[in-house]
Amino acid sequence: MSLTPHDIARIANLARLALQPDESERLRTQINGFFGMVEAMRAVDTTGVEPLAHPVAVIQDVSLRLRDDIVSEPNQREANQRSAPAVERGLFLVPKVIE
Amino acid sequence: MNQSHSPLHDLTLAELAARLRAREVSAVETAEHFLARAKSHASLGAYLALDQEVTLAQARAADARLAAGTAGPLEGVPLAHKDIFVTKDFPSTAGSKMLEGYRSPFDATVVRKLAEAGAVTLGKLNCDEFAMGSANENSAYHPARNPWDVTRIPGGSSGGSAAAVAARLAPAVTGTDTGGSIRQPASFCGITGIKPTYGRASRYGMIAFASSLDQAGPMARTAEDCALLLSAMCGPDPDRDSTSLDVPAEDFSRSLNDSLEGLRIGIPKEFFGDGLSSDVRTAVDAALKAYEQLGARLVEISLPRTELSIPVYYIIAPAEASSNLSRFDGVKFGHRAKEYTDLVDMYKKTRAEGFGDEVKRRIMIGAYVLSHGYYDAYYLQAQKIRRMIADDFQQAFQLCDVIAGPVAPTVAWKLGGHAKDPLADYLADIFTLPASLAGLPGMSVPAGFGDDGMPVGLQLIGNYFSEAKLLNAAHRLQQVTDFHARKPQGI
Repeated sequence: MSLTPHDIARIANLARLALQPDESERLRTQINGFFGMVEAMRAVDTTGVEPLAHPVAVIQDVSLRLRDDIVSEPNQREANQRSAPAVERGLFLVPKVIE
Repeated sequence: MNQSHSPLHDLTLAELAARLRAREVSAVETAEHFLARAKSHASLGAYLALDQEVTLAQARAADARLAAGTAGPLEGVPLAHKDIFVTKDFPSTAGSKMLEGYRSPFDATVVRKLAEAGAVTLGKLNCDEFAMGSANENSAYHPARNPWDVTRIPGGSSGGSAAAVAARLAPAVTGTDTGGSIRQPASFCGITGIKPTYGRASRYGMIAFASSLDQAGPMARTAEDCALLLSAMCGPDPDRDSTSLDVPAEDFSRSLNDSLEGLRIGIPKEFFGDGLSSDVRTAVDAALKAYEQLGARLVEISLPRTELSIPVYYIIAPAEASSNLSRFDGVKFGHRAKEYTDLVDMYKKTRAEGFGDEVKRRIMIGAYVLSHGYYDAYYLQAQKIRRMIADDFQQAFQLCDVIAGPVAPTVAWKLGGHAKDPLADYLADIFTLPASLAGLPGMSVPAGFGDDGMPVGLQLIGNYFSEAKLLNAAHRLQQVTDFHARKPQGI
């Protein structure tokens, strides 16, 4: 498998990364090298094997908990917005999205 | 020299805690001593942030509790945190320009638990950007240097953490381990570090890299110190971390002195192949010999999918990273590009400017393997082999109690040594990745010195929840060897 410049552009768009042309080309070479290394994995017969998400599930049941649906967090708007790039009257500012 | 006259930085955490409790030294004096050392060794690049005022205020509060008789188990002991843990009172950057100057509204659970035990925070430690790297050279700020040879890397991603302990700029520190990020730098810097069973320590407030792999753990000079810290760091965090296990906190020091008579140590033959350099092999073999003299028995085992752990890990971790790092969009926190045409352009430019090369590479790989048409072939396939790797360990633990081998194929390499080939870093993770994928506890214990006098670590891997056994094995080795107590020249 070999990724084309078109593939790199498509993935960069999905990943929301604006790449410079030389950067795209360098990444393409590196990622193709990487997928060469991954080929060995694709050949493994995994028929009937369940995917493993939480590693401890190998030895015991691990279920994701749900906490009670009650308000537990205090309002920390100021602290939360302290490191925001742009806020006004307690709101996060972004460029206009509807004309 | 009598121990009570040793400089404070030569004391272990346990000794320091005892002297603080006995009020032979104050928390303020101790903090000042380590802050001065951090400053005079700034060229090592171990710290990303220090704040004398904050540290001394915490130290004064610790002294007050020591005076009032309400001291916690770690009262007044100074620690430093890998800059992947968020902290209210220090900046939290994850080693990235994306989070330059970021102030968290809360402390990570691990940070909070250590503070509740009485620890004083010295500062934040350098690491690879978002913990992605094996050399600490991916820090967006500056590299960290190995105190044993400043022209070499300290390892990564917890490179600043390992350098700080080796140079005695902190008696002990926190680190995180996703694919080896505690064990490998501990090995390269000649210190002791342990990654507990996945789910033992809360991930709340640990800036996420690969959520199904990330675990916090302590790094210190001795196994005894690691046990003390780990006991304070672990425990369920049911409301904050959905993958935190409902397993009560333990006293991991309880069996440090147990006899190793009859202990079966599994030696995975795949860890001793052609890829292992001979100097590392010599040191590891000597440590295994020492274990035999302590009454342990070596048993050959097989972890047949060791090599496969590299592609499996480097699919799973980037996939999870690409998802976790989608939160950095220039809206709620962190960097935002100065110029853009619309919202999507703002996202793209912000992320292109804020992330470094390695982070971009992993986001791209992750976005690709999760994209439509590729998910089954890559991410799902990797998760299936992950189960096979974890099952292999369960097979092996039928034959042995702990597994031992090298942490890394070589000693620490020169700064810039892998710059031309990022894949070289990936391949060097081969011995730490299997335990990471299986979620097993693993540690690095100083085992000697290899080429050019660089430290070599012995990796110990245990079954789930067997941290106390690993620490016991490490402690007993440290009673018959002195590698952990040696000092780099000039330190």
